Amino acid sequence: MVDAVLLWRRLVGAQVRSQVQYRGSFALELVGAFVIAFLDFVAVLVIFHNTPRLAEWTVQEVAFLYALSSITFAFTDLLIGHLDLFPRLIRDGNFDILLVRPRGTLFQVIASDFQLRRLGKAAQGVLVLVYALSALEIHWTAPRVVVLLASIPAGVLIFSAVWVVFASLAFWTTDSGEFTNAFTYGGNFLAQYPIDIYGAWLRRLLAYLIPLAFVCYFPALYVLGKQDPLGLPRVLQFLSPAVALAVAVVAGCVWRFAVRHYRSAGG
Amino acid sequence: MRLDWEIAKRGWRRYAAYPWATAAGVFTNSVFGFLQAYILLAVYRHRTHVGGYDAHDAVTYVWLAQALLMTVYVFGWQELALRVRDGSIATDLARPLDPQRYWLAYDLGRAPYHLLFRGVLPFAVGALAFRLHYPGALDALLFALSLALAVVVSLGFRFLYNLPAFWLLDLRGVLILVIAVNLFFSGMLVPIAFFPRWLGLVAQFLPFAAILQTPIDVWLGKHGGWELAGVLALQAGWAVVLLGLGRVGLRAATRKLVIQGG
Repeated sequence: MVDAVLLWRRLVGAQVRSQVQYRGSFALELVGAFVIAFLDFVAVLVIFHNTPRLAEWTVQEVAFLYALSSITFAFTDLLIGHLDLFPRLIRDGNFDILLVRPRGTLFQVIASDFQLRRLGKAAQGVLVLVYALSALEIHWTAPRVVVLLASIPAGVLIFSAVWVVFASLAFWTTDSGEFTNAFTYGGNFLAQYPIDIYGAWLRRLLAYLIPLAFVCYFPALYVLGKQDPLGLPRVLQFLSPAVALAVAVVAGCVWRFAVRHYRSAGG
Repeated sequence: MRLDWEIAKRGWRRYAAYPWATAAGVFTNSVFGFLQAYILLAVYRHRTHVGGYDAHDAVTYVWLAQALLMTVYVFGWQELALRVRDGSIATDLARPLDPQRYWLAYDLGRAPYHLLFRGVLPFAVGALAFRLHYPGALDALLFALSLALAVVVSLGFRFLYNLPAFWLLDLRGVLILVIAVNLFFSGMLVPIAFFPRWLGLVAQFLPFAAILQTPIDVWLGKHGGWELAGVLALQAGWAVVLLGLGRVGLRAATRKLVIQGG
């Protein structure tokens, strides 16, 4: 494990060094990522320009959810966002190369690309979080701090697991990229808003079955000390780390199952 | 004309070659349609009208936007830039056919494919799940006209933002910025009717509104009489201006062009 982390650091370090070589281009990409994220949050403010509350949530509360989801998703994207390009690896038959190397295939795919520019998105999330925290007057207690801090790695793990599961569809069809987007980018979009505004069936499917509600919604209820509009058990608000570990195990199994079914496209 | 028709057919076929990608796209558009529809409906728990839209208008807006986003191509397009980067632009320029005319014809073949397969299907999903607004015969006809103009405006804009590829080696930074501005000001993220007054005014007079907001408003019957003629004329005006700028830009770019490799 330690060995894998060290190797990952070396591989990623090399890529980071190469990306900052072209300073102008890199700066433009960083600014671009920030602007796209900035306008995305302006869209939330535009919605609140028309209403004081979205269902029963204030703009500060939604900003808190939004920030938590954005930061979590930005880190996920930074770590494994290049899984978006994974279908190409299968299509070109280059996945074969990974199979003969003495490392896990998932590890190799994850370490193969690292785009530092995605930090632009995380920076926006942190700014929105600062705004939300300063406007909210949260009554801080030790458990609340712990739940908030734990929710970020837990959320990264949940988003990553979802990404891996849907990316492994590429082992069967390489045209599945857009389908994966519905759960990754769509999942981030879903988690940015309180899930009680969605229709019940959509909630069951995307918030519980695919446990996206554990990324922001449940931890946020606890940190904000807010009554759950859905009236669900309070214990769910502490379960994010456990749920994250469970889905990570599931994702690992799905990936392994998919690799076993891999048939090379190369001749 | 016959040549344009043949090029347009190629545009259609290129996208028709990936039916599974189309199916996956329809699924994704539908998921986003549901999410956005529920978000806007949460606003209508406290209001009956926002910027002249009632709840049905807003939900129709969301599904139309999902249905049209591929047709009017709001995300990044870099076909021209890629040809500049790999040098194939040299062959294109040697042909007795202007590249802008080529891409316009190609795009007018692509757009009907995306309208039919990426548009009608997600809209049908929305129509099954929500009560939507449907136009009368005249509005439907005007919607078709406005949508055709939107595709031309969009191509004009896409061609224009690909031109920096003649000067820059990597267009990615430009692309990210352009997509961000286009997504927001075309009304893709939130309808322009929801914007604060001053921002809405700014948006109305940028070309991006002509790409998405205008055809949707025509479908919803939000403009009548002279106002309707005005927004359609504005769309046509943007088409002429953007294509014209693309022409001037291309001329400057070809003078500057250095083909790499050999």
